[in-house]
Amino acid sequence: MARAWVFGDDLDTDQIVPGRYAPFMVGEDKYQSYAFCDARPGFAKEVKPGDILVGGENFGCGSSREYAVSALKKLGIGGIVAKSFARIFFRNCINLGIPVLESADAVERVKDGDPVTLDAAAGVLRTPSGDASLRPLAPFAREILDAGGVVAYLAAHGDFPSVG
Amino acid sequence: MTELRGGRGGAPAPGKSLAEKILSRSSGRDVRAGDLVIVPISRVMVHDSVIDAVMQGLRDLGKERVWDTGRVCVFVDHAAPAPTPVVADSHRVLREWVRRQKIPTFYDAGEGVCHQIMVEEGYCEPGTVIVGSDSHSNSYGAVGAFGAGMGATDIAVALGLGRTWLRVPESIKVVFTGKLRKGITMKDAIMRVVREIGTDGARYACVEFHGVGDLPQGDRITLAGMTTEMGAKAGIVVGTPEAPDWLRPDPDASYLRTVTIDLSTLEPQIAVPPRVDQVVDISAAVGQPVDIVFLGSCTNGRLVDMQQAASVLRGRRIDPRVRLEVVPASRRQFELAMRDGTLQILSAAGAVIGSSGCGPCLGRTGGVLAGDEICLSTANRNYKGRMGSPKASIYLGSPLVAAVAALTGVIDDPRSYLEASDAEFEALVERRRSERGDRGAASSRSGDRLEALTVVARPPRFAPQAEVDD
Repeated sequence: MARAWVFGDDLDTDQIVPGRYAPFMVGEDKYQSYAFCDARPGFAKEVKPGDILVGGENFGCGSSREYAVSALKKLGIGGIVAKSFARIFFRNCINLGIPVLESADAVERVKDGDPVTLDAAAGVLRTPSGDASLRPLAPFAREILDAGGVVAYLAAHGDFPSVG
Repeated sequence: MTELRGGRGGAPAPGKSLAEKILSRSSGRDVRAGDLVIVPISRVMVHDSVIDAVMQGLRDLGKERVWDTGRVCVFVDHAAPAPTPVVADSHRVLREWVRRQKIPTFYDAGEGVCHQIMVEEGYCEPGTVIVGSDSHSNSYGAVGAFGAGMGATDIAVALGLGRTWLRVPESIKVVFTGKLRKGITMKDAIMRVVREIGTDGARYACVEFHGVGDLPQGDRITLAGMTTEMGAKAGIVVGTPEAPDWLRPDPDASYLRTVTIDLSTLEPQIAVPPRVDQVVDISAAVGQPVDIVFLGSCTNGRLVDMQQAASVLRGRRIDPRVRLEVVPASRRQFELAMRDGTLQILSAAGAVIGSSGCGPCLGRTGGVLAGDEICLSTANRNYKGRMGSPKASIYLGSPLVAAVAALTGVIDDPRSYLEASDAEFEALVERRRSERGDRGAASSRSGDRLEALTVVARPPRFAPQAEVDD
């Protein structure tokens, strides 16, 4: 059972990893230990692989920094469920293979620390107060995610789908 | 089989928005909002912060070379000149990569902010798709290009293949009417738009600006670049002098929403920390003390911005309790401001002049903020921790507001100064300085004020119902 980490609206990438802790500021092996260091001190130490982030509107807004997402990947985040996602963050998650799913009610159902299970196949986040429904991903985004990210997708398919 | 077309039902197709026109032409297909396109890219912009991840992405893709060295522009601007040995090492890696790849278009530390150079040096071809590793790549819409910011892996894919995938965005139409009054700038205009639309009101969408195609290029960069702060995929100014004839939206194009702003009634705008869409008319923020003023960035670091500040500061000294940092957006802008005496005026007034680049905008180099410090910045973001300490507060405003804040130590309406006689001007400065009080008192006062302003400024949330896939 994964733990839910609950955040509010408009969580920006400066809060996920502040610019001053960018990999090229502190080193490629260290930056993930600064995840949420201002917004949620202790997060990087306590988070366990498979844990789920739950958020409100516009999750991941702001800077395009992919290291905000790769930090979460290094920490083993199992998925992110939010009311809505900022576009660059959303793409970065799909590209790096972190499931990102929209849910209108997850953030209301889940309390921080709740045990939850992300059942992407069934399209729900299982929570102590019932299932929160997840909006299906667009087909192409799902294909990239299913492949494990865009690099793996291109390795498997050789190229983007042809469009004629 | 991948589903490439979105379901639109059987309704007759309306005209096309600019985004639909550009992406139809680029993809060679007749596409509409909701369709997925694979498009060729006319340029890829890469900046210093992402080079390690981009190189790793290219290695993972098995691509030794970028697809076309002539279509890649590389910049050292985000943390430049290098503030630490780790960053210096990263810059060295970047320079070696550029040399190995034989990429001719490389701007090293001190040349300026990527977006300013991309537009002013003519790297942005109107009507084409450009992707950049920085989120403010929307700026290329200043000359009619579809510019979109992306993460490092997307950029690696773009560098390897010369193409990217995009969902054709819906569009939001912003119409400007009337003429700006003295003391008001297009920075105020775009903050007024962000106030209306909110930080995610244009999420996944393209913002089209109507009625301002004939503005100077710099003002158009201010507009297009700030669409990032509304969550937009792109922001494009309609009818610019650079745009070819085909590059105009159809009159019957469909829009998610139309926002009309009358420039002739606009007040100076202030964004209240820590949200870019917490925007108030300046009257609500008058008297707010500041400790540091930043004039610069791709949003407001051009000659005209520095000239506006100089028009307030000419022959005067800034308040001794305030620091003023001026960072020209590019070497071209730096030299223009040096040649016409603008930098001399700003330096004589007490400004620190930084080398061209992103500077303190993102808190990596030059004048980072201490805890509890209050900044008035002409840049584009006021998030918590953006410019240094997470305990600092950042207000956003125009270059004129910045100059007045540096002079008086508080936020004030620049029009009072522009219209004053010399004697009235000095009396006003004196009054504002004496009202500000000392730094400790100022700081505790600002806490209450901030709370009050936050309640006033919080906009209603509007989000387009777009399919989630970028």
